[in-house]
Amino acid sequence: MTDITTEKARIGAPSAQPFINGFTEEGESLSPLNAAESKAPLAGEAVKRHSHGGGVGVPDSSRAGRLTSYKLADFKPLTGMEEDWRFTPLKRLRGLHTEVLTGAAPAVSVTAPDSVRVETVGRDDRRIGSAAIPEDRVSANAWENFAEATVITVPSEVEVEGEVSVLLTGQGTEASAQHVVIVAERFSKSVVVLDHQGTAVVSENIEILVEEGAQLTVISLQEWNDDAVHASSQQAKLGRDAKFKHIVVSLGGDLVRVTPSARFTAPGAEVELFGLYFADAGQHLEQRLFVDHAVANCKSNVLYKGALQGRNAHTVWVGDVLIRKEAEGTDTYEANRNLVLTDGARADSVPNLEIETGLIAGAGHASATGRFDDQHLFYLMARGIPEEVARRLVVRGFLNEIIQKINVPAIEERLTDAVERELAATNH
Amino acid sequence: MSTLEIKDLHVSIDTEQGTKEILKGVSLTIRTGETHAIMGPNGSGKSTLASTIAGHPRYNVTSGTITLDGEDVLAMSVDERARAGLFLAMQYPVEVPGVSMTNFLRTAKTAIDGEAPKLRTWTKDVKAAMAQLRIDADFTQRNVNEGFSGGEKKRVEILQLELFKPKFAILDETDSGLDVDALKVVSEGVNRAHGEGNMGTLLITHYTRILRYIKPDFVHVFVDGQVVEEGGPELADRLEDEGYDRYATGAGAATIAAASAAAQA
Repeated sequence: MTDITTEKARIGAPSAQPFINGFTEEGESLSPLNAAESKAPLAGEAVKRHSHGGGVGVPDSSRAGRLTSYKLADFKPLTGMEEDWRFTPLKRLRGLHTEVLTGAAPAVSVTAPDSVRVETVGRDDRRIGSAAIPEDRVSANAWENFAEATVITVPSEVEVEGEVSVLLTGQGTEASAQHVVIVAERFSKSVVVLDHQGTAVVSENIEILVEEGAQLTVISLQEWNDDAVHASSQQAKLGRDAKFKHIVVSLGGDLVRVTPSARFTAPGAEVELFGLYFADAGQHLEQRLFVDHAVANCKSNVLYKGALQGRNAHTVWVGDVLIRKEAEGTDTYEANRNLVLTDGARADSVPNLEIETGLIAGAGHASATGRFDDQHLFYLMARGIPEEVARRLVVRGFLNEIIQKINVPAIEERLTDAVERELAATNH
Repeated sequence: MSTLEIKDLHVSIDTEQGTKEILKGVSLTIRTGETHAIMGPNGSGKSTLASTIAGHPRYNVTSGTITLDGEDVLAMSVDERARAGLFLAMQYPVEVPGVSMTNFLRTAKTAIDGEAPKLRTWTKDVKAAMAQLRIDADFTQRNVNEGFSGGEKKRVEILQLELFKPKFAILDETDSGLDVDALKVVSEGVNRAHGEGNMGTLLITHYTRILRYIKPDFVHVFVDGQVVEEGGPELADRLEDEGYDRYATGAGAATIAAASAAAQA
């Protein structure tokens, strides 16, 4: 354990207690909107009263201070200026942030061994809200509007052979709401695949409860049609000694915004958050994750890798890792790597690491965005490798690191093929 | 027996100030089994010659020819040249993220030979070649040149030379930045490849140091994009003693004085 400092150390976020009001170590804070002492009805204490995340005195600049609520009305209408929406083209959300979500939700079809319980339940089921609470307006909108939820339960001590496959097939372009709850009971072991296909405009809340000693892998595949719009909040709550692996794969869709989070509630738990995305011309693929080290002696490891090609291909990765004062002995690392294959694409990458205790085992973050440039091509071709093969070699190698972590051969094969198809599209 | 023939080669590059001619009529013939050293001061066009033979897109051939056993090299793409048997050991090998050495070497070998190498013998060959060049076995797991030191990159270039068995090897300042031990290891690698008897070597260097380990049959001195003097290995010894100054001061051919004057203008 390293004892760096007992003072609050922050990287990527302004200080909580500035020496001079209105100033942080990053300079003058001009926006009064988030000031805790503001008397505006939707700022400061008024907001915090609804909040289940932070509480009074925690600045909104900290991830801990973000508003969380089951009520849509608690969230202000979006302007696009909000920190968590500033990269998202709101116009392309197709009403997910403004409309009442009454469209038909993607049809859910679950294939699972008999040992797994699959239920369709109403809004009043006690398990709804057991692992998640909306952190943004679009998620809250889905929470208010979903008609029924799918609850998948892996019972205590059951080790599921093979994977639980949840196929979610879009039902059209009317804005809709979806709700799925995954419960991995104590000491169970399972893999759940959320397979998003077809055309949909959907805001989705996935609640994931990983109980004591359970081991759960959730793989969320976004292989939507080109016109799909998908916002997905995937929140996991982890019990003591739980092991959770989460893999996001976003390939298809016009706009896909996945916001996974993992919250530790007891010591000894571990999360691995992996992601792979491949944005083509015009696609917006966004991922914002949050790891909340709220208790001692937990581990997290994050790696997201993305490739971009074509005009206005846009990817966003924001990784918030918060190590609270109580979270002594934390060990965390997060990294994002992007490979830009052509001109005209844009990758935004923001790793935020907030550390409120120095008594940790380790904390690191990294981000790198590189080009596939002519020098790489020349080098490989100068060794006899044809251009097309060279290009594939680089991208396949780059993304394989994530695909290999899936450990479900059928899906690995499918994704390898999907990446090949994406690459083949480059040559047109 | 193969022949790489360069005839009256003129090469220019596009710069912000306009087109600049770098090679001003270079002729050179290399045959299997021969080692030619090209020496010259910085900026004389040595590396341009190497990159042009390999087909780097930055260099425009304005006139002249390069042929390999009569085949027009200039008409070939970069990868076709490599498959035809030309190998450029680069002065600054490029880091290629995401591609492991293992994967890279096998893919390149497959492309060059037109068929995949037999897995068992290939793995053994790679291991043995790496051991001889004192490259750690774990390099195969690393990405191509990524995080390699300057010396390691050069050794990996020679590793490829030994594995790919080209008809002609062009070594672009492979010796620069190497300490004496690394220089010996690299030179031994080149000599092994050359010793197999199926390769011609074009050794481009600024210094005479490497010529203590790799013996040239012919030495060509490059100044301002032209060959200003040619001779046997004894010419290298003279350069060792006298350096390039005598060419720059106009003690050589008249054209050099003119060229040097032009360079200063």
